[in-house]
Amino acid sequence: MSEQETVESTARRLGAFLELRREQIAQRWADAPLFRTVFTVSREEAVEACKAVVDALAGVASSGRLEDITSSGFDSVRDQLGRMTDAWTRMGASPARIADEVAALRSPVAELLRAESPDPAAPEAAEGLLAFTALMGTLRLVVMQTALTSGEELIERQRQQLLEVATPVISLWEGVVAVPLIGTLDSARSQVVMESLLEGIVARRAQYAILDITGVPTVDSLVAQHLMKTVAAARLMGAECIVSGIRPAIAQTIVQLGIDLSPVLTRASLADALAYALSRLGIEVSPRASTR
Amino acid sequence: MTALFPGRPTAVPILALGDTLLVSLQGELHDGMAEQLQQDISRRIADSGAVGVIIDISGVEIVDSFLGRVLAEIAASAGLLAAGTVVAGMRPAVAITLVELGLTLPGLTTALDVERARELLAQAAEPGTWDRCQRGT
Repeated sequence: MSEQETVESTARRLGAFLELRREQIAQRWADAPLFRTVFTVSREEAVEACKAVVDALAGVASSGRLEDITSSGFDSVRDQLGRMTDAWTRMGASPARIADEVAALRSPVAELLRAESPDPAAPEAAEGLLAFTALMGTLRLVVMQTALTSGEELIERQRQQLLEVATPVISLWEGVVAVPLIGTLDSARSQVVMESLLEGIVARRAQYAILDITGVPTVDSLVAQHLMKTVAAARLMGAECIVSGIRPAIAQTIVQLGIDLSPVLTRASLADALAYALSRLGIEVSPRASTR
Repeated sequence: MTALFPGRPTAVPILALGDTLLVSLQGELHDGMAEQLQQDISRRIADSGAVGVIIDISGVEIVDSFLGRVLAEIAASAGLLAAGTVVAGMRPAVAITLVELGLTLPGLTTALDVERARELLAQAAEPGTWDRCQRGT
């Protein structure tokens, strides 16, 4: 028998063992922290979840591809593993901790596997254990992959939400609108800012638009380019654009980077920008004369 | 006059409102129409002594560098005849497209709509204020 065939027959024997001992393994795993902490309400549920995982492992083992994390055998439990890793993550467990808990599932089954073999010193028994270890390693990888994927999905969702939330167009005065920019300006966000600002200019018939960048942590040449594009687009709509909220450190950075912001009208604060817009509109704001 | 594109109008109407000329562009402006429009506007300014031209482009949904150049040329030739040009009613999508194309039309005065454009031109009628308008009042 070649080495390849030995490995495959060992894997098949392992698969048969997992199917045979499914109930026992599930009962033992249900007490392991990995399942116990997630299925707190009913032990039955935990046992069912364990059975599903054992079935998946048996399927993968029978197919003979112990180290293939893309094996279709895992597909049926991916959702379940996802829910479990989500629950662990919500409890504040790191991926490393989850991986440790998955590793803890190995020893109860290894005991069963040893008890199964008539002669623990026989090479078949050692090969069986080795195959099982490889299979558990693959399960660990699948769990880690699931945990990371759900993390990535979360990040993507939050990125979308940030894009929608962070660009309100505020009416400051009749004919004056402002957009407070918060966070880093990338091209996707600046596109959203530009669109909502222009819509705001049309809706409020604004003559002055103020872009407040107090909440923008850094201004590099790319951000400056986005700002200038927005200013140019607002001008094409017939509104004058004022950039306010340039902090001293950012002003220095802009100068040191050699960015030419001279086509853009700038003011130190939102208040200054509003005062400029009001004076150009011919509106005078003065304190009320004291009545007594 | 030969119709270059049969079935399409060959001239854009120019309306006179007091001492202002109003041109409303609708849909696509093709080469023949643009050339005709430039000639018509210059002649009308010279004949009537108009001091302002308002080009309403609220009906234009697609712009390209050609339209940008036509607008700049009309403004330049009207300027030579001492008339101020205001481009009014640009749609947000059009403005974004122009900026993305790198056409910021620096020499043009813009207004939100025709009403604002008339206010701008009225202010410009006071001597010495047109320069300020062009910087964007």
